[in-house]
Amino acid sequence: MKVGYYPGCSVEGTAREFGISVRKSCELLGIELVDLDDWSCCGATAAHNTSHLLSVALPGRNLALAEQQGLDKLLAPCAACSNRLIAAHKEMTESDTLRSEIADLIEMPYSSSVKVLNYLELILNYGMENLASKVTRKLADFKVACYYGCLLVRPPKIVEFDDAENPQSMDRIVTALGAEAVDWEYKVECCGGGFTISDPKLVETLSHDVIENAEAEGANAIAVSCPLCHANLDMKQAAINARFHEKRKMPVFYVSELVALGCGATPEEAGINKHFVDSYALIR
Amino acid sequence: MAAKIEQTAIESFAKEVEEAGGGRAAECYQCGKCSAGCPVASFMDLLPHQVVRCVQLGMRDEVLRSATIWVCASCLTCTTRCPKEFEIAHLMDILREISVREGKVSVRQKDKLRFHRAFLRSVESHGRIFELGMIQNFKMRTAAKQALRDPRVLMQDAMMGKGMLFKRKLRFLPETIKGKKHVKRIFDRVRRLEKSKGKK
Repeated sequence: MKVGYYPGCSVEGTAREFGISVRKSCELLGIELVDLDDWSCCGATAAHNTSHLLSVALPGRNLALAEQQGLDKLLAPCAACSNRLIAAHKEMTESDTLRSEIADLIEMPYSSSVKVLNYLELILNYGMENLASKVTRKLADFKVACYYGCLLVRPPKIVEFDDAENPQSMDRIVTALGAEAVDWEYKVECCGGGFTISDPKLVETLSHDVIENAEAEGANAIAVSCPLCHANLDMKQAAINARFHEKRKMPVFYVSELVALGCGATPEEAGINKHFVDSYALIR
Repeated sequence: MAAKIEQTAIESFAKEVEEAGGGRAAECYQCGKCSAGCPVASFMDLLPHQVVRCVQLGMRDEVLRSATIWVCASCLTCTTRCPKEFEIAHLMDILREISVREGKVSVRQKDKLRFHRAFLRSVESHGRIFELGMIQNFKMRTAAKQALRDPRVLMQDAMMGKGMLFKRKLRFLPETIKGKKHVKRIFDRVRRLEKSKGKK
């Protein structure tokens, strides 16, 4: 299986372990990733909160590049990137006026031939039985709260992926890896997203509630597939504890790390050493 | 006569929003489902369904100066659950755009806009986000005020920064891409097009 790859800015930076584990897990599963040459930022929340045209033009450049480079499937592991790419693709597909406006802005044509995938969708397409057959290390001690957050499943009319209120794709993936997927209430609640730095109080309050519910429902780990979710739950966990006078230590994994671990990668190969909250205890 | 003038003002704001792509506010029958599911409602001055009501009633300034449009985290729960399939989160985007254009951004929420601007400046100059540079840029513009408001935050951000450097999660130098100038040109063209649209 050959798939185009749009890493996105954070996956190459603060979410480095996401990138490391996406590449490692794909290597172990025999999925070949072809990097999108000369990709640029998708504009993320900053663009769509301030300029509609920019929020389509920035992802538009990358979609047009993918088309030019003959990539009909494009994996964008970051949930914000995949959401923006899919939204831009949809908007351009549905409106000829917008499509030609964007073509003028980016000086490139786009004929809507690219299918953008998030990481969960890629693994679902790979097949749960195929995945289970690759598992060499059962994640038997893991009781995972699968956290989807916002951008993977919303808005359903745009992303057309899984169920918007009670998604199951990540649950199925961790189950195939031998872990237990915990039933909990906060799987599609918001962590505060891109306000990590601009509104710490809001982010810490929302993220606190997510971690608290995961723990209350018996989880000993949280799995995510979004760099913003990981930053807010893992990197900010110390600040959350300080704000709420608590001492919780909940490890937060990218689902790709779990896939890599399950298929035999060492913790370092999966990027676990980059976590702020120590995450080694459950790995045998 | 007075009633007629008011009616025009009401219609013109809803129309302006609709033309900007914010949807038909008149569709909303105020069931309140958006506000019930909003995870950041407790941080807002107007609840999401009240924002839509204000648009229906032509209460321009109340909406454009509200904290709400900046507190909205774009989680899209409202859009997902609206029984009328009205895209409230997208309406918030459109309202933010107008609010910035008219200099009406809520003073207490300005950090959000400052962050977005630092983010986009970084993309405009490098083609991709240069995280360290962007955070420095944002901090330089906001640290003094934040120190007065909540000094602990600065300490915690410093600790987080130290951790990120230690874990090699931050690059010291921006990455360069071939299409850097291309991306810059996209920003310029968007600005020009928006200006010409604004004049119409």
